[in-house]
Amino acid sequence: MNSILKTKKIIKHFDGVKAVDGLSVEIEKGKITGLIGPNGSGKTTLMNLLTGMFPFDGGFVAVDGVSGIKKIRSYDIPAFGITRTFQDVRLFEQMTVLDNILVVLTERNIVSALFERHKKIHHEKAKEVLERVGLWEKKNELAINLSYGQRKLLEIARALAMNSEIYFFDEPFAGLFPEMVKLVSGIIKELRTHGKTVVLIEHDMGLIRELCDYVFVMESGKLLAEGEPEKVLKNKDVIEAYLGE
Amino acid sequence: MDYFIHLGILFAIYVILGAGLNLLVGYTGLLSVTHAAFYGIGAYTTAILLTQTGFGFFSSVILGIFVTMITAFLVGIVLSKFKDDYYALASLGFNIIVFSAFLNWQDLTKGPLGIPGISRPELFGFSFSSNISYFVLAILFAGLIYFISKFIINSSFGRVLKAIREDEKAIQVFGYNTQFYKLAIFVISAGMASVAGSLFASYITFIDPSSFYIIESIFILTIIIIGGLANMRGVLLGALFLILLPEALRFVGFPSDIAAQMRQVVYGLILVLLMLYRPKGFLGEYDL
Repeated sequence: MNSILKTKKIIKHFDGVKAVDGLSVEIEKGKITGLIGPNGSGKTTLMNLLTGMFPFDGGFVAVDGVSGIKKIRSYDIPAFGITRTFQDVRLFEQMTVLDNILVVLTERNIVSALFERHKKIHHEKAKEVLERVGLWEKKNELAINLSYGQRKLLEIARALAMNSEIYFFDEPFAGLFPEMVKLVSGIIKELRTHGKTVVLIEHDMGLIRELCDYVFVMESGKLLAEGEPEKVLKNKDVIEAYLGE
Repeated sequence: MDYFIHLGILFAIYVILGAGLNLLVGYTGLLSVTHAAFYGIGAYTTAILLTQTGFGFFSSVILGIFVTMITAFLVGIVLSKFKDDYYALASLGFNIIVFSAFLNWQDLTKGPLGIPGISRPELFGFSFSSNISYFVLAILFAGLIYFISKFIINSSFGRVLKAIREDEKAIQVFGYNTQFYKLAIFVISAGMASVAGSLFASYITFIDPSSFYIIESIFILTIIIIGGLANMRGVLLGALFLILLPEALRFVGFPSDIAAQMRQVVYGLILVLLMLYRPKGFLGEYDL
């Protein structure tokens, strides 16, 4: 397997609760990997650990050839080629749609940023990703004024603007209308076509079957099963623990 | 006429203070209640240099900025680890410490006696001793600070500040070490307050610690809240409103023995009403 991201016995406890309990997974480069499991199984916690939202208590991570990583700082994850969306949409609410994209395109260095105005190239990239999600017409509106579905799309556009190697999408389809679901699933497939890696948390098994090349099933912070979606979703333990059937 | 010029000079000084604080509170969302401390450090640096050394006003302004920014850098390292209410409380604590230093470091500040005899600026043999010339100078400084503030806001740096205000954790995952940004804008904002302090010291020609107590920080905060957070024109409006308000209150006819207290009551009342009915202030783009 040509893996791009590995965790080795990664641990996160919250006040004694084992949110992620010695989890080892391996994500294949250029594929869509599903992360499924019942609520509270640790999927989002794992995503948060891998994007530096909070530190892990034990274990290691390896990203794109860099191994033995014990600590990930959130502002370092673009350097690892990672970007993400959030389960609860986190936009820059009182900024325009366009500024929500431009802010991730421009200079990171403080001094350079102070003397930089966004350039034509930034504007064109912002236009490209906003057109992809159908929000270019709303570029001057404040993000807070968008509908829930549009907010989800803007968050996805912001992630696309990063042009990363690994995309973490945390329930990107939740609360979307069918045509928006089609749009987002098209974007995710397109990323795979371009050789990008996608890690997807999703509860809709139809979408998991349609999109994912491989699936990890989590329960109580541990790995319950893994494999191709069709096989995993027929696994008796998975059905019992997750689907309740 | 001279009194209107006096009000104009105060307006310019408070525009400088408001512009700097708006970068921090309005654009970055950091509720700082310590601006009077930096205002005071600038004022004392200029006062000490002008009365005890051969420094001129303009070199004292530059040295004041330097001293204030170094202080802000050290304080900001600690403050940038905080957010929300904790940031406000920690900044308040710093204002109290600096005020105590002004009051008790008698060898340097002359404590409650203050520093008298601060000279007016001179440039190429021209003395800004008349109030009208000082007004022109103060407006030029205010214009410069206003321009610098607009430059910052319109830069990529300014956009990141707004993103920090909106969701600091979210902007971090896009590669921004926000502590550096918070520290940088804190230091810049303090440097601006220092300029206002230098102008104030040289204008009044006497300073004592009472001008730099917490109430002054709250007054500056009131300017930007009333004018409107995250809007530079709001700073102009807020400063104008609060400078002219005491004049308007003269016509109300409060008895002279309670006029000063009533002014504070009116300030407080305006703030409460704004929070209730227009939390963004007159021109604000963001509410706390």
